[in-house]
Amino acid sequence: MSNIAGTKSSLTWAVHLSVVVLVALWLFPTVGLFVSSFRTADQIATSGWWKALFPQEQNEVLRTAEPGTQVQEGPLYVIEGNLFDAGAESEISAWGTSSREISAYAPGETADMGEDGRLTVEADGSYRLENDVAFEGRRGERVFVTATAPPEFTLDNYRQVLLSEDATDSMAKAFFNTLTVTIPATVIPILIAAFAAYALAWMDFPGRALLIAAVVGLLVVPLQLALIPLLKLHLGIGIGKGYLGVWLAHTGFGLPLAIYLLRNYMVGLPRDIIENARVDGASDFQIFVKIILPLSFPALASFAIFQFLWTWNDLLVALVFLIDATGETTVMTRQIVELLGTRGGNWEILATAAFVSIAVPLAVFFAMQKYLVRGMLAGSVK
Amino acid sequence: MHPALQGMLTIAIGVGACITYFWGSNQFLDKVLYPPKGPNAGRNINRANMIRPWLFLFPAIFALSLYLAYPVVETLRLSVTQRIPGGGSEFVGLDNYKQMFGESKFWEAMRNNMLWLIVVPAVSTAMGLLVAQLTDRIRWGAIAKSLIFMPMAISFVGAAVIWKLVYDARPPGTEQIGVLNAIYVGLMGGEPQQWLTIPFWNNFFLMIVLIWIQTGFAMVILSAALRGIPEETVEAAIIDGANPFQVFFKIKVPQIMGTIVVVWTTITIVVLKIFDIVFAMTNGQWETQVLANYMYDKLFRSNDWGVGSASAMVIMLLVTPILVWNVYNARKEMR
Repeated sequence: MSNIAGTKSSLTWAVHLSVVVLVALWLFPTVGLFVSSFRTADQIATSGWWKALFPQEQNEVLRTAEPGTQVQEGPLYVIEGNLFDAGAESEISAWGTSSREISAYAPGETADMGEDGRLTVEADGSYRLENDVAFEGRRGERVFVTATAPPEFTLDNYRQVLLSEDATDSMAKAFFNTLTVTIPATVIPILIAAFAAYALAWMDFPGRALLIAAVVGLLVVPLQLALIPLLKLHLGIGIGKGYLGVWLAHTGFGLPLAIYLLRNYMVGLPRDIIENARVDGASDFQIFVKIILPLSFPALASFAIFQFLWTWNDLLVALVFLIDATGETTVMTRQIVELLGTRGGNWEILATAAFVSIAVPLAVFFAMQKYLVRGMLAGSVK
Repeated sequence: MHPALQGMLTIAIGVGACITYFWGSNQFLDKVLYPPKGPNAGRNINRANMIRPWLFLFPAIFALSLYLAYPVVETLRLSVTQRIPGGGSEFVGLDNYKQMFGESKFWEAMRNNMLWLIVVPAVSTAMGLLVAQLTDRIRWGAIAKSLIFMPMAISFVGAAVIWKLVYDARPPGTEQIGVLNAIYVGLMGGEPQQWLTIPFWNNFFLMIVLIWIQTGFAMVILSAALRGIPEETVEAAIIDGANPFQVFFKIKVPQIMGTIVVVWTTITIVVLKIFDIVFAMTNGQWETQVLANYMYDKLFRSNDWGVGSASAMVIMLLVTPILVWNVYNARKEMR
């Protein structure tokens, strides 16, 4: 028996371990983007983001202060200061005064540079340069250091992406445009679908079964088919490319799922409540508004999340129905694709822009996960 | 006017119009057309009840017909016509299809779509099932599931950026900032590769992105299905001496086969329509073309509506078996 118990616990360990590995694998790419959005362009280009969390050793070329700052101490001319910017917490492990020997000296040692003077550099970057004659020229002495810098993060990328006036980088406008597309495109289909779903669930009329079958069929019709005919239609009746067109398109494309989800949910509501209300003389409209709608809240919330995520993340419908040649109405997904083309190597901008666009759906996702899961189960297990 | 304001106004107008329509039409029916009183009260109630469902349904039916049903017919028509310069169009029979079948880019898209169809639903479903089973009994399973589910909320475009960083390549000798190349160069001693430009294999690098997104979906649905399996069947198998693998493959999987098929077909439909990932990551270069992107190219880059519509019809044709099967099942269920 101890044998069996042994295998069981080792199996449990294997399960825990493999779940840890899987979760890490799944998170790794997203975390990479997140970390990168807080790094400077130089940092991103010179080291992998996974190293950003640890202190890094890097080689730098720094300069002492210019000769104009020298002071006279008895017979000596002295320049003192710190190689690093104020607040930096780097630690020097080796340094040198020539590009051929960048780690010739240890911190605390003094380099004799002949007629250029004597230089002492400490580990924290403070230095003392002294000479018997006055320093000349305009620039300070070059110092090559090998320093270990602590992890460093910056909010500059977000500042640039959200606040810069430069239209190609700016996500602020695209963010509002996306919001403008998303909210009406989520609210309107819910309203229309709720009424239709009630009729399909609780009203008796000829052709009901056929209509339900049609909705199920339309669920999978690829929206690619709708692009040209509807664009033609929109241009023909004067809507053109713009918000109204994209709202209508999202409404149409979202309806089958909305009706399907809501009908499945409403059918499951207790028959007694509805029939009692009918006996009491309530009209269908009253039953719907006062009983069905409040009871269907979970299903309404599920669909709202679906539709919100889908419209927020959509690219194709926006490309076809919304964004015209002026680009005034560009949305975030489109803006990111543009950035991929024009600034493919500028990971700090790309990562930040992408993260700005996925932050809202992620927040909605974690806040409303319960409803999302419920909706998915209702939508597909049936 | 500021677009945000315009949006608010539209919500107000849209929602207001919907409510006015539903409320007003019901009022009209009950108060004016067929009031349930007077000499014909009984007949009026019956008539009102015959009309009312259609009042409820009208906006939905109108939108569905205009935005989904009509386009299917219209696309079919466009696919057998050709635009005449200067306006109008003429019937050309199957010429657009012939032209499309003669293009190597189309067959490349077909081949890739088939590859996607074989690999993505299978791997996503299998991974989803694996994660669902593994997280079923552990205490922090809910957190693990929610983290693996998370990519569902990320847009395809966002995912494309995320994975482009993973696949990033720097010249040999410099430090690699893409994880894949860092591992390949650092641990396996290879030369840094431009993963997305290696024909044939780059398709798989694109598929990984979709698998990464869809596994969470499969996991959520299959996890619920696993929970629904009656305990007795599992217990009986354990008492009979089945090991955990036998319990999983011989007891649990057969019982949730129906759900596995549903998950599989749902992901299949997503795959058939896949556009954003390819559009954002390679735009069909280096032999990664897929049907939806081919269609977009034809429609909006070459401005060739005939061939574009023909390729849209190909996508429709590929979806049709699933459509028929879904409708068949839905009707069976309602009886």
